[in-house]
Amino acid sequence: MSELTNTSSDLVLDIENLAVRFETDDGIVRAVNGLDLQIRKGRALGLVGETGAGKTTTALSILRLVPKPPGVVQCDKLELNGRDILTMQTKELEKVRGKEVSMIFQDPMTALNPVFTVGDQIAESIHLHENVSMTEAQKMAIDMLELVGIPGERAGDYPHQFSGGMKQRVVIAIALACHPQLLIADEPTTALDVTIQAQVLDLMKSLRQKYQTSLIMITHDLGIVAEICDEVAVMYAGNIVEMGTLEDVFNHTRHPYTEGLFNSLPNVNDRKAKLKPVPGLMPDPTDLPEGCPFYPRCQYADEKCKLPQKKTYVSDTHFIRCCAYDRPGFHIEREEKS
Amino acid sequence: MFRYIIKRILMMIPVLIAVSFVVYFLMDLAPGDIISSMAPQDATEAELEMMREQWGLNGPLIERYFRYLGDLLTGDMGMSPSLRRPVAEVFIERLPATLQLALAATVVALIISVPLGIAAATHHRSFLDGISMVLAMIGVSMPAFWLGLLLIMWFSPLGLPSGGSGTPLHLVLPALALGAGQAGTLTRITRSSMLDVIRQDYLRTARAKGVSEKQVIRKHALKNALIPIITVFGSTLGNLLGGAVAIETVFSWPGIGRLTVNAVNQRDTTLATGCIIMFTVLLTVTMLLVDIAYAYVDPRIKAQYSK
Repeated sequence: MSELTNTSSDLVLDIENLAVRFETDDGIVRAVNGLDLQIRKGRALGLVGETGAGKTTTALSILRLVPKPPGVVQCDKLELNGRDILTMQTKELEKVRGKEVSMIFQDPMTALNPVFTVGDQIAESIHLHENVSMTEAQKMAIDMLELVGIPGERAGDYPHQFSGGMKQRVVIAIALACHPQLLIADEPTTALDVTIQAQVLDLMKSLRQKYQTSLIMITHDLGIVAEICDEVAVMYAGNIVEMGTLEDVFNHTRHPYTEGLFNSLPNVNDRKAKLKPVPGLMPDPTDLPEGCPFYPRCQYADEKCKLPQKKTYVSDTHFIRCCAYDRPGFHIEREEKS
Repeated sequence: MFRYIIKRILMMIPVLIAVSFVVYFLMDLAPGDIISSMAPQDATEAELEMMREQWGLNGPLIERYFRYLGDLLTGDMGMSPSLRRPVAEVFIERLPATLQLALAATVVALIISVPLGIAAATHHRSFLDGISMVLAMIGVSMPAFWLGLLLIMWFSPLGLPSGGSGTPLHLVLPALALGAGQAGTLTRITRSSMLDVIRQDYLRTARAKGVSEKQVIRKHALKNALIPIITVFGSTLGNLLGGAVAIETVFSWPGIGRLTVNAVNQRDTTLATGCIIMFTVLLTVTMLLVDIAYAYVDPRIKAQYSK
């Protein structure tokens, strides 16, 4: 078991060996491959990785929202507050969604239903879970709107009357309406400009403190991770290749892919410097290599990388999936910071 | 919104004038006229001329048309020579039967098509989907009058009345025959519209909120899918009124369709033109109602109307 956990009762989310594949006409797409993830109460985890790494699919599996067909979800364990999600009855699952775990979706432009008022859309969630009348739910929805910084009298407006940033706040209000124990935010700021981004992040931070919500922040913006997360998991081709506390991953980077991500960040001090991308492309998810999926792009790769990779603990809180450290004296080029 | 409605009503006027012109002239192109068939066989040319004058059918075509149009604009639809009664009176007498039939056919169509289309979309590529698409195709492609004749052949031996009116039972076969085509078209559009909406992100948001699958489809998806459905529904209403002409004849239904067909056959220009103009009014008003219905379904369209 992971040393990231203190006691198992403290766990909000516990995933072991999650695998999601999409069986399409063009072949089987392996989106997530044997992922383990634990989140404790009140903690924030950053899930980073490039597009197609399986971040959103992982999140959707937690809500059992992976479209089926073509999606097939398998795992040894997928527990939310100690209850198994995968075998849960539909009725029970509907009570969990939006109440115990809720999700902020990536694109606020399409995440809201265009034919219902935003007030109704927030109130619906409250009405479903909180055992209150629709009128009361409407009142609570107005409070939620004000909490995310939108005047309450706009509850009767439709999504097309709001700007992108405001729509995202509405989506956040829906997700937080029933004070979930776990909030999954799927690139909540990607569609927003930088000023609004900062506002939305501040908002999420303060709401999280207020309600002690655990958070999974899916993003490819390392700056956001540094700002709000306690722990970081780096995903590549459907699995976590490096995971640890913010300090572990940012300042004691071990995995060559994580190194590549940091190296590709633009240099603020030298704006004319060329960007350094990670060379090559992510492997085709219909045809993943047997060993380390990063090995074709990795500058440190050798023959052993073609074999399946084990989890290796660097410290109590920090693990990687990379066999390069079996070689005596191996280290990546990025300097340690402390 | 109110201004929009007024604008649409004013736009009906040129349409109606154009329709009256086309129908009136087409009727004149057909061989034979009502007066010679009404008059006794040994009537002299002078007597015929007198009868024409009596029914307002004397003089050159253009003159007759403008006289008709002038009367029409003052609200007088003229006298029908074949029935010897005012056109407006006959029309109003026959209108309820046609509306009843059209309404029954629409109800049949909606009851069949919307649930079937939704089921086909939610069970995309299943056996149910295949079956419903085959049925829809049959419904769309089968001419209403032929289906009417088949229905008479199949069901009148079972005791369902094959013609006439009076009891609700009389309505069953004509409503089925008339509604089938509309049902086919609406099933197809419901399915494709739902398929489009089902893939939208906001349904995932609804599911993530804990909304049950039934409610996701009935509330969140259907209201969005309704817009194309309403558009097509409006255009099928035109076919419905047109189809009513054939169906009313097949089932001897005492409605406006049959009245119009008889008027054309007897070259009763006044009655035929009057009926078709009133048909046009009905149709344009229905279209207007359909457009107003959009506003209630989609707040974005409502916002456009008020501009």
